[in-house]
Amino acid sequence: MNLFPLEAVGAGLIDWSRAQFALTACYHWLFVPLTLGLALIMALMETQYVRTKDEFWKETAQFWQKLFGINFAVGVATGLILEFEFGTNWSNYSWFVGDIFGAPLAIEGILAFFMESTFIAVMFFGWNKVSRGFHLASTWLTGLGATISAWWILVANSWMQHPVGMSFNPETVRNEMVDFMAVAFSPAAVTKFTHTVSSGWMTGAVFVVGVSCWFLLKKKNVRMATASIKLATLVGVIASLIVMYTGDRSGVEMAKNQPMKLAAAEGLEKGGTQAPFSIVPGVEVPGVLSFLATHDFNGYVPGIQDLVNGYTEPDGTEHPSAEYKMARGREAIEAFTNYREIRQTQPAEAAALLKDFRENEQYMGYGYLQSAEQLVPPVPLVYWAFRVMVGAGSALLLLLVVLWWMARKGKLERYPILLHAGLWSIVLVYLAEQGGWIVAEVGRQPWAIQDLLPVGAAVSSLPTANVSTTFFLFLGLFTLLLVAEVRIMCRAIAKHQAKE
Amino acid sequence: MITYEILQAYWWFLVSLLGGILVFLLFVQGANTLIFRLGQTEEERQLIVNSTGRKWEFTFTTLVTFGGAFFASFPLFYSTSFGGAYWVWMLILLSFVLQAVAYEFQSKTGNVLGKTMYRRFLVFNGLFGPFLLGCAVGTFFNGAAFTVNQDAMTLMGDSAVISEWANAWHGLDALFNPWNIVLGVAILFLSRVLGSLYLTNNLKAEADNPLYARLRHQVLVDTVPFLVCFLAFVGHVLTMEGFDVAADGTVQLVAYKYLTNFLELPAVLVLFLVGVVLVLWGIGTTIFKEGCRKGIWSAGIGTALTVLAVLLVCGLNHTAYYPSTADLQSSLTLANSCSSEFTLTVMSWVSLFIPFVLAYIVYAWWSIDRKGLSQDELSQDEHKY
Repeated sequence: MNLFPLEAVGAGLIDWSRAQFALTACYHWLFVPLTLGLALIMALMETQYVRTKDEFWKETAQFWQKLFGINFAVGVATGLILEFEFGTNWSNYSWFVGDIFGAPLAIEGILAFFMESTFIAVMFFGWNKVSRGFHLASTWLTGLGATISAWWILVANSWMQHPVGMSFNPETVRNEMVDFMAVAFSPAAVTKFTHTVSSGWMTGAVFVVGVSCWFLLKKKNVRMATASIKLATLVGVIASLIVMYTGDRSGVEMAKNQPMKLAAAEGLEKGGTQAPFSIVPGVEVPGVLSFLATHDFNGYVPGIQDLVNGYTEPDGTEHPSAEYKMARGREAIEAFTNYREIRQTQPAEAAALLKDFRENEQYMGYGYLQSAEQLVPPVPLVYWAFRVMVGAGSALLLLLVVLWWMARKGKLERYPILLHAGLWSIVLVYLAEQGGWIVAEVGRQPWAIQDLLPVGAAVSSLPTANVSTTFFLFLGLFTLLLVAEVRIMCRAIAKHQAKE
Repeated sequence: MITYEILQAYWWFLVSLLGGILVFLLFVQGANTLIFRLGQTEEERQLIVNSTGRKWEFTFTTLVTFGGAFFASFPLFYSTSFGGAYWVWMLILLSFVLQAVAYEFQSKTGNVLGKTMYRRFLVFNGLFGPFLLGCAVGTFFNGAAFTVNQDAMTLMGDSAVISEWANAWHGLDALFNPWNIVLGVAILFLSRVLGSLYLTNNLKAEADNPLYARLRHQVLVDTVPFLVCFLAFVGHVLTMEGFDVAADGTVQLVAYKYLTNFLELPAVLVLFLVGVVLVLWGIGTTIFKEGCRKGIWSAGIGTALTVLAVLLVCGLNHTAYYPSTADLQSSLTLANSCSSEFTLTVMSWVSLFIPFVLAYIVYAWWSIDRKGLSQDELSQDEHKY
């Protein structure tokens, strides 16, 4: 008997499969936030047009819609790959939790994608064919479709971070959904959705501000640029505040559901009460991490070593060590293995084994691990990604407030340095977006599904060379598409000449 | 009383319906293969690209939803086929990725690769998308080399992975079976026929437009190989041994299984015959009646019905819809590959939205297409490819 069946799956395969998925997700997330954000801003602009009948707003909305269109296609293309990669590269995963995970993907297709793709056609091609009201509705519905789609995919993602509403069925050897509402409206999903979508609005706002600042620096399309800045900074400030608020809630939920991710994001080796928040290595603010994680400066936050070795909270709650969980997990798998062997021939003994399995079931995922060290995600990457996200996000909020105020006062053009800052903030917002996803996804390693299924037990059985080949294929293709998109975008912006 | 079996059949019906609609919508791909063949001037090529460019997202979205619905209702298929027949699916996806960006990028300045290259992407997707999808569906009848063992998640299996592909080709082996190729070619030429019919309908009626004569001729040219391959494949399916699921769940080979299915499911047989007649009617009226521009509707609906019927015959009436040639008992059936009763029930509630979705698609399509697409319109339009 092979005690560690996973040794049959090479580490190379797991890493390449992860790399391919990460590659697709990172590229996908370059395009989607802008889709979400621009959708909102251009819909607001078109609403202005329908309200005031001022052609200026129509022209402005159409300009941003053009950029929306250039960006949209690549988001769609990378999204297609992402959906199917759950099957192509994570086939065990697809069976083991497909009963729960497939549903949001299907709902996303039925309810969101069709809405998005139907009304985007009306939005682009319907200006002279449908009434103003129908066109405006189509623009809003395009954005709503994108947002509903974000809802369902983030429901799916939150479920991986914090699985709820399911139970393991020993007959089918998979987890099955028992409570749809718990899955579809789990607090983790609500937080994740609000945090992610508002960060998309922020991206759209910063993009509009940045491009408009460039116009002001070039002294062209001044009316359009000024009006766009006024609207976008307002959207951006509101979105940033939502991002901050939900970011705080994510921190509390992370501390509860994924303490290892939090410890890694802070590089916290030994935890305790009044845990300090690290700004950069060596610069710490005492008590702040405790406050962020528990909303109490004296709250207890476990560190990486505590989580591996086990720890006791001040109130006496004991948390077992990784070794203990792994031993219980192996017991669960062994009991389950024996149960499967005799379940048809010796029902009475099988029932006893099943009972044994159920007692250890919560640790089953740990049984697939080979060493406790595997439980620690790559700390430096998560630590720095977290700092990039929070640092860039805070800087952007500050900048957006200043730009909003100056634009309102009509003084923005007098300060080229602010315009330059506005332009370069586009880079910052993308760094923050990527940083956020790296924290969320790298931080939960080794888990494909938290505490339930490590990536090693989730992967498809493929020759490593096949996966590395498609990795490079996609790397080349996506990079090419990105370069083409950025160039097209820059040309389209540069040659835009507003009527004004 | 809605039983688990009925839910499984209902979801097989929905997945098959999505498959049928997808094949109909492959007219986008089919028409794109004709960009250079029929478009002799830049204006004509632009007209073709813009005509399909207003529909490609429907095809794309249907493909995505087909995948999502299959995942939610039959996750073991998702796991086994996508994870095993890796290369076929990757090539299909790759071709659709190229297509998705080709429209938006081709006419923009700074697009790096130039207009012609992006249009070649469209042709590539137009040829390989339908052909490979046809080959993949061919394996629903001809089988694929995989094994499934849920005990891989225990300590018993040699491998830790539930679904294993039994050879190193990982899906490319589908191309070794001539009957898969026959179906792939049939779908490819069908999509070209539909593409020509769609363009005939979508481009503005201008009697002297030279494209019309070429499109009509093209319908005829593509119908011949389509019909030959389609009839050959149907003949093969009706006479072949099929994969029958016995009462105890074991899979066995039974002679004339699919013919029997047709006879035991007369509604499906009627669906199939009506579908085929509608396809032929759409083609025939376009070829033989000058000025007929409505062929796409009858042929399109006929295509969707025919594919629906073919897929129903492949999965209903105790049939293994994804048979394994490597290990007969690993074959996927509706019962052994579906989601739990709870999930299928929840998803069935969600499916009640589908008529609503179809209604707004039809309405939006109608409001955009009331007037045919013309060069005049493109010259005024801000958003064109």
